Parts: sequence; structure tokens; C-alpha cells
Amino acid sequence: MFPPGDGPGPSFTELLHRVGLDPPTPRAQGGNPPMELRHGTTIVALRYGEGVVMAGDRRATEGPTIAHRALDKVFEADRNSGVAIAGAAGPALDMVRLFQTQLEHYEKVEGVTLSLEGKANQLGQMIRQNLPMAMQGLVVVPLFAGYDNRRGVGRIFTYDVTGGRYEEADFHATGSGGRDARTAVKLGFSDGMGREDAIELAILALYEAADEDSATGGPDVVRGIYPTVATITAQGFQHVEDSEVAERFGNLIEQKKAMGQRP
Amino acid sequence: MSMPFYVAPEQLMKDKADYARKGIARGRSLIGMACEDGIVLAGENPSGTLHKISEIYDRIAFAGVGKFNEYDQLRQAGVRHADIKGYTYSREDVDARSLANSYAQIIGQVFTHDIKPLEVEILVAEVGSAPGHDQLFHISYDGTVVDERNFAVIGGEADAIAERVERDYREGISLADALKAAVRALAGPDRQIDPGELEIAVLARSRPRRAFRRVEAAETAQLLA
Repeated sequence: MFPPGDGPGPSFTELLHRVGLDPPTPRAQGGNPPMELRHGTTIVALRYGEGVVMAGDRRATEGPTIAHRALDKVFEADRNSGVAIAGAAGPALDMVRLFQTQLEHYEKVEGVTLSLEGKANQLGQMIRQNLPMAMQGLVVVPLFAGYDNRRGVGRIFTYDVTGGRYEEADFHATGSGGRDARTAVKLGFSDGMGREDAIELAILALYEAADEDSATGGPDVVRGIYPTVATITAQGFQHVEDSEVAERFGNLIEQKKAMGQRP
Repeated sequence: MSMPFYVAPEQLMKDKADYARKGIARGRSLIGMACEDGIVLAGENPSGTLHKISEIYDRIAFAGVGKFNEYDQLRQAGVRHADIKGYTYSREDVDARSLANSYAQIIGQVFTHDIKPLEVEILVAEVGSAPGHDQLFHISYDGTVVDERNFAVIGGEADAIAERVERDYREGISLADALKAAVRALAGPDRQIDPGELEIAVLARSRPRRAFRRVEAAETAQLLA
């Protein structure tokens, strides 16, 4: 127990620091790590009428090899927000776990949830703390999105390695296939889309990214592995069922075939 | 030359216990009761913001009576204990027994070594996966832990209220019946408590991860009807 007035307050990271459990950060030396690291690839988020859709492919790579075929990159941060990760998978997954704990910890200690803006800033601080690691090639660049209950809209935040926080108006995609995904969303986006259209557009964006980027995984029909898709609305964070994603992917593939696309 | 006072340890402990009991008796009592759907926690609390009952972890809740600043500090310590444990190991490794022990140590330490004991009594509840697997730990102002079965009452009038609960309680009681029994026992034979004056929370067995939820006045009135 901490003496009153001298506690870590509602901050879980500060608490870890106080009890001597904060994650070790190597001193920045520059340069890339000597070994191939596990990397997550393409994630996308876009706004629609009721909130935000977030989606991510499932592939993780270690250099030229596929390290994992079913990695989840879209997570529930708390009831009203989600976080998706791209970059070095190890530190990214750690950061997600710390972020989830931090949001819940704040909520329990203070008795109220943080504002969406507050959550976005918290994540920014965690990315900034990772800067020494990023200098050594362990870059983590998440996407944060949530439903802002106070304003009644879905909002999307992006970050750079320094922890810089930028709010996007309508959509964003990052990771190795982020650029291709972004173009696909840009061409198909319209304001106030319905849920179905938004999910289809997110899936299309991941398909196009997988088509151009070797590190992004496409739909794996043989193993039944499909991208993770989630919606965040006033009702909270919800994963879209695998069967629904599979069905939409089926439609997309039929469409592509009908258009007679050739390599 | 001044004479050093000698106070017998028995007298010292007795004085501290009397002091703590008096402080606790000033506030209202609180009940935790296991039922079919989970654990219901109910107490009288005119304030809607200064809570006596709170969430600690996925399946664990905390309730305190006595001095607000003292049990609230214990509550925060509990949240910290649980979150650190869950983050370092796994969410499954956080349990009420270990939390109750750590509370007992803190409270017991203060009781023996500090001039003023903590004027609090607390309850740590953990909902199990099936009825009959719920746990209720009652920790007194001197650090004594009691592992209670089915229900626990904390606060000044605990004995009288426990007697009244005993009459209405049966195993496998429904949530609504448990709540009715709890409120009846809190009120006593010649008093009615307004739903707005009650603070009620449930550790719901069926909820996927975070079992804790507060029952607001409107729902309380509905359940008590």
C-alpha cells in the first residue's frame, strides 16, 4: 500500500515502475537487430455511419518466411475501443496487453472510463516509451479507433514511431501493405456508409494489399483462415463472425473472377 | 522525572478493538450473498458516487464498511495487487484467497503496530464457474479472515442482520429472491428502504470476462417488486 498522496494514481505503467516491474528498454544504439524478427503486416480502419470498422490480415513474417498464419492483430482495447498492430509482433503484442490493462486499471481505480481522447494519448505515450527499441528496428505502429460516447461518432487515430498522434478524418491503413490498402479504401469510400458496405470495403482493401505485398496474407480458403474484422459502435466492440467474413470473401472472389482479372 | 506508562498488551488490544468497533458501528451494514446467478452485494448508501462496493478483477468484487477513506485506500491497493498479478502471470492466476490474505496482513499489521487501527471491515467475493463454488472472505478490523459460506454480513449490526438472512436463505436462491432477502434483512422488521438509498452490485456468473456490474435504482425497484 502506498502512503496517501504518494501513490501511482490511476496509472498502471507508473505502478509497474514503482514496484520495479517495468519492461526493460535497451539503450538506443541505432542499426537493425542482427536476427530476423517476427512482423505483423497490414491493418486498416475506416469510419462508417454507426462507428468504425477495423480489420487486419493474419500473417506474421520472419524475413522471407511465414512465421504464423493465424495471428490476430485487431484487439479489443476496452468496451468502446479497439487497437490494431503492425510492426515487430513481440513488442506490439506486449504493448497491447499493457494498454488493455492500463485502460481497465484506470477505470477501476477512478470509477470512470477515460475519454477516447485520453485513451489515444495514453497509447501515444506508450509508443514514445518504445522509441529506444524502435531505433533498433523494433518498430511498433498501432492504429487506435473507438466510439466517442461524448460526441457520438467513431474516431480513428494513427501514430508514428515517436508517439506522435494524428487523428484521421475517415480511414487509414498501415503496415507493409498499408499503402495498397489505403488506395483501395480511398477509391471505395463514401461518407456514412452502412455496416455491410464498410466491412466489404475493409476486406477488399486487405485483398488488394495481399495482392501487391508478399508479407500480407490473403484469405486462406484451405485452412479456413480469414482476416480479423471488428466493428466498434455505441454498442461496443464486436468481432465480425468468421463465417460472415468467409462469405463476403467468397463474394469478392466471385466478383473478381467475373471481371476476368488476369495476372 | 516522568514515569513511563505501562499498559498491559491485553488492555491495549482491547482498547484498539473497542475503538475500531465503535467506528464501524457508526455506518450501515452490508451483505454479500451467493445465489444461482452469481453473488449479490447489497448495502445502504445514500451516495450514488462514493461507492462501498467495487470491482477488483474479472471475477472478484470488494465491499467495505466503516471509514470511507480507509476502505477506499484498501480497495485501490486490491486493484493494484490484482492487476499486477494478472499482468505478470495470467488473468486466471488472480484469486480472492490470495487477495484476502494480503488484505489481512495489511489490516493486521496496522492493528498491531499503529496507534490507530483501521475502522473498517471488508468483504472479498469471488464468483465461481458453478453455484457452490463462490467464495466470500470476511476480513475484520484486526486482520482476522473468515471464509464464509453462502452469505456474509459486515458492519455494526452484523449479528442481528445475519440472523435475519439465515431465515430467508436457501441454496440455489434466485437473484431477485436473494436481493429481496438481503434488503429485508438490512431493513429489519420495522423499516422500509427506498431503492434509491441502496447500493447494489452483482458478480454475474454468466458474463464472459468481467463479471461485475452495478444494479441501478430502476432495476433494483424492478427486482424488488
